[in-house]
Amino acid sequence: MAGEATEGGGLEFHPLDQFEVHRLFGEGPIDWYTITNVTMWMAIAVVCIVLMLVIGTRKRAVVPNRMQSIAETLYGFVYTMVEDVTGKDGIKFFPYIFTLFIFILISNLLGLLPMSFTTTSHIAVTAVLAFAVFFTVTIIGFVKNGAAFLGLFWVSSAPLALRPILAVIEVISYFVRPVSHSIRLAGNLMAGHAVLKVFAGFAQVGLLVAPIAILGVVAIYALEVLVSAIQAYVFTILTCVYLKDALHPSH
Amino acid sequence: MAILGELAHIGAGLAAIGSGAAAIGVGHVAGNFLAGALRNPSAAAGQTATLFIGIAFAEALGIFSFLVALLLMFAV
Repeated sequence: MAGEATEGGGLEFHPLDQFEVHRLFGEGPIDWYTITNVTMWMAIAVVCIVLMLVIGTRKRAVVPNRMQSIAETLYGFVYTMVEDVTGKDGIKFFPYIFTLFIFILISNLLGLLPMSFTTTSHIAVTAVLAFAVFFTVTIIGFVKNGAAFLGLFWVSSAPLALRPILAVIEVISYFVRPVSHSIRLAGNLMAGHAVLKVFAGFAQVGLLVAPIAILGVVAIYALEVLVSAIQAYVFTILTCVYLKDALHPSH
Repeated sequence: MAILGELAHIGAGLAAIGSGAAAIGVGHVAGNFLAGALRNPSAAAGQTATLFIGIAFAEALGIFSFLVALLLMFAV
């Protein structure tokens, strides 16, 4: 192992190269309308979701086949989650939340394919999703409750002297929500994929280390499959929690 | 300029401590959930959502420190 450093000049690690956005066609600068690999993988995710749900719901058999059970399980899972967390009046926002969940889930899982691109590892993508949730929830809160929505920041169960201080903290935590919401998803995905690349880089150390490194890659990959699902779940359930705050702002 | 680059790497290493702190936090949440769940298994199923929310909040700060480390490594 000591000999490697002399000939190759050390290990080659480029764990963040996989997140590079580049044009699909031709050369030149990237504008907002340029078709890049991000665009392509998002489109693939949308096509996969549409195919899965359309094929899954086409037959509507009493005894579901494989595709139908996938679609039904996903639908039922998100439906119970929305109902449990936000209550009965949150059900009308179920389509939005289901869209978020399934888009993030499929994007995460597509990103695990070798040579693919993880769209949800980019802050730009997750920030749009998180800010959409933030603005939706804030607008719903004010439309539903009017000025009473501001009661979210005025903790009426606390002693009166403490309430102004708590109000400042609550306002800050409210506006930090979209930031943490988006960075959590992007950071988890980016960290996991970078770790995969680093472990793959260890495989070039030598014949003795390579099998261990590959085992490590397999183990981390399994963890990443779990993380993909959990992060989609966490993003969705936090959306539900924020929505519940908007619908019932009283503490 | 070269010294600044070296210092940025040290800073990235220091920021990575935050990841370990987040690990402690996540372990605390999960461990306490398990301790409670084993005492009253019938109530555990309804609290998994709370568990994941707690883990997500504890983990978010670790992700922030990871982000700071990444910025120091590659953006400064």
